[in-house]
Amino acid sequence: MTSHLGLLVLFAVFVSIVFAALMRDEPREQLRFGARLLAGFVGAALVLSWLMYPLPL
Amino acid sequence: MRATAVERTQSTNPTLISIVAWMLPGAGHLWQGRVQKGVTFVVTLPVMFAFGLWLDGRLFPFEPSQPLVALAAFASLGNGIPFVIAKLLGFGQGVVTAASYEYGNTFLIVAGLLNMLVVLDAYDIALGRK
Repeated sequence: MTSHLGLLVLFAVFVSIVFAALMRDEPREQLRFGARLLAGFVGAALVLSWLMYPLPL
Repeated sequence: MRATAVERTQSTNPTLISIVAWMLPGAGHLWQGRVQKGVTFVVTLPVMFAFGLWLDGRLFPFEPSQPLVALAAFASLGNGIPFVIAKLLGFGQGVVTAASYEYGNTFLIVAGLLNMLVVLDAYDIALGRK
């Protein structure tokens, strides 16, 4: 798998799972917090990538 | 469940728990009765580490002359036994020309850093702070 987006999402999933388990005790809270983290990571990456899109390499 | 974990914690050396937690990601939580968290870490962190190897990432050597490489090596060392096994088996040589090389490095380094956070969490639990 060499899709940038796929690897980005996979990385965000791993980090979100670990942070959710570290910072919340109840499974339901972990799920909610992890989902918010994942959405934040992926959303921020997409926004930043589009902001950088016009910049020359 | 939690009471059992606290009782077990008070009779256990926090330093020993930290060492075990470093060696096997999640083992410190399992030892202290935090089964759900422990299983989450036992599964997630080694899988993330394995993905890093699969993506042709490199387990950097300790080179004090190159501070960033040494930092990456220190971070990867946070993976514990999976790091040692991978080194012994010759994995983690890194393929610089692979498209996923930098992704692999990131997975390997961040997996180690996350396990360091997990170790600190296990240490806090052992001290009764959490």
